Amino acid sequence: MTFELSDEHEEFRGVVRDFARAEIAPHAAQWDREHLFPVDTVRAMGELGLFGLTAPEEYGGAAAGLTSLCVAIEEIGRVDQSMGITLEAAVGLGIAPIANYGTQEQKQRWLPDLVAGRALAAFGLTEPGSGSDAAATATRAVRDGDSWVIDGAKQFITNSGTELTSCVTVTARTGLNADGSAEISSIIVPAGTDGFIVEPAYDKLGWHASDTHPLTFDGARVPADHLLGRQGAGFAQFLAALDDGRVAIAALAVGCIQAMVDASVAYAGDRSAFGTPIGTKQGVAFQIADLQVMADAARLLTYRAAALRDAGAPQDQVKQAAAAAKLYATESAVAATRTATQVHGGYGFMEEYPVARFYRDAKILEIGEGTSEIQRLILARGLGLPVE
Amino acid sequence: MKIVALVKHVPDATAERTFDDADHTTDRTGVDGLLSELDEYAIESALTVADGGDAEVVALTMGPSGAADAIKKALQMGADSGVHISDDALHGSDAPATARVLAAALRRIGDVDLVLTGMASTDGGMSVVPAMLAEHLDLAHVGFVGEFSVDDGTVRCRRDGDTASESVEAALPAIVSVTDQINEPRYPSFKGIMAAKKKPVETLSLADLDIDPSTVGLAAATSVVDEVTKRPERTQGEIVTDEGDGGTRLVEYLAAQKFV
Repeated sequence: MTFELSDEHEEFRGVVRDFARAEIAPHAAQWDREHLFPVDTVRAMGELGLFGLTAPEEYGGAAAGLTSLCVAIEEIGRVDQSMGITLEAAVGLGIAPIANYGTQEQKQRWLPDLVAGRALAAFGLTEPGSGSDAAATATRAVRDGDSWVIDGAKQFITNSGTELTSCVTVTARTGLNADGSAEISSIIVPAGTDGFIVEPAYDKLGWHASDTHPLTFDGARVPADHLLGRQGAGFAQFLAALDDGRVAIAALAVGCIQAMVDASVAYAGDRSAFGTPIGTKQGVAFQIADLQVMADAARLLTYRAAALRDAGAPQDQVKQAAAAAKLYATESAVAATRTATQVHGGYGFMEEYPVARFYRDAKILEIGEGTSEIQRLILARGLGLPVE
Repeated sequence: MKIVALVKHVPDATAERTFDDADHTTDRTGVDGLLSELDEYAIESALTVADGGDAEVVALTMGPSGAADAIKKALQMGADSGVHISDDALHGSDAPATARVLAAALRRIGDVDLVLTGMASTDGGMSVVPAMLAEHLDLAHVGFVGEFSVDDGTVRCRRDGDTASESVEAALPAIVSVTDQINEPRYPSFKGIMAAKKKPVETLSLADLDIDPSTVGLAAATSVVDEVTKRPERTQGEIVTDEGDGGTRLVEYLAAQKFV
């Protein structure tokens, strides 16, 4: 038995690391400061094939599995969490639902550009009144002749307002199920559709270079064939997307923790206090040792979940592994940024050092794609506990 | 058409590089090797030509077993196949011997329309092999090319000098060395990494090329390294403390060093 990734994955890691260091790292602080979404860099990520890692080969993808995507997200996230989440959302929320549930026509229309990074798609699930409680979706889609007419609002939608955004898949109530619950369906809404309004970008604590908007649907009319998959399948579709997404977010958290190890080791070797580098003090060195344990443990949980997914393990097993990885990696990332900031002392509070940016970026990891509480709920239920 | 890109596996230029104590050849054991960065521009040039039409790209290297990694990187970037000349007798070969061996390999590969090389290796840095190759094969050679196009059996090149840019064209087959200004080499994609595993790599010995081992290698080299001296550590510069005459003293220093 081995706990190593394959040679090909490690070689790919080296390539993404080179790319991230050369093309992203030198600009990350500026993009963050200016809240700038770097369109050209996103296109370059597309040329490297990052958006197509899990997509079918017939649409230009590599059909390479979740593990390869996690490697890419980890290495991008190690220098810039904003670009890491841009990649994660583009693949997990933009491409995957269309690739998994789309009709031949839908895939043909949307995937080639999305896979190549010439376009981005978003997934509109969260609403002002419903986040983790997605069954409470209030957005409605009503069938009118050959169209769906959509009314409602979505919140916190990543990649929804960039100049590359070609479409947003939104969940909406399309009727009632036999048991009286809301029937939820997913519908692809092309960018530029009348009545589909991208509201001004949020002013966020972190992820400043990531594009996030509220969306308003005011009688937005799309052809009936824009329904994604079967009517009423929306709930199951996004639940499946979330399991993969949680593993990918865990990989982003691993990148964050590793960045904190790197930054802390470098700083503790450079910075002196009382005549010697601060890394000679056990109070500092031991904290950094703990960061390395977090990085290792989070990485192992993350790639175990990805490997289970790639091996075609039962969805229940993937769900538990994904929840454990997401919970541990993201809570560790928040802790790691706190520790690294402390190691940096006053400089850790200055934007001059990347740890300050990572400190702001980390918190959302515990919230997006299912909060820590939701992960604990999944894990507790997996143990058979009668938790509500 | 068939394009051969010459690639070299060199010690990582960002690491501490040393020479072997015994024979003063490059020490390849204590340092990571990689594809010479300047050769990536040649591969990218070859792939760009191939992207635009029907062309096969072969990566050719000469070097010990580790040099297979240079071929692998070229294949991951998109080259179709590789040829690796490896023979213990090649250890310590100088540029003339290298050019002779590569020429023999190019003849063996056969029907080559265009040979692309980097402007220098990042270890030896002599930049002479392309011209020597052209002599052996009796082909045209255009060096230090910043832009080129291939059309109708002709390669049209722009060569940027210090004071002027020259337009040079040559009939194919030809040997063209490209500068680091010509393009932005692509990164291998995951697909490229996976595909490279299945691409053919042929390994050739000197016997395969009908070359007498006694005519290559350190013993047959036309130049001999007698001695290697480590470059002295850089000393701290002179510090001028401004006491109202800082500007004058800086100019005096620069004048003394003949900078102004």
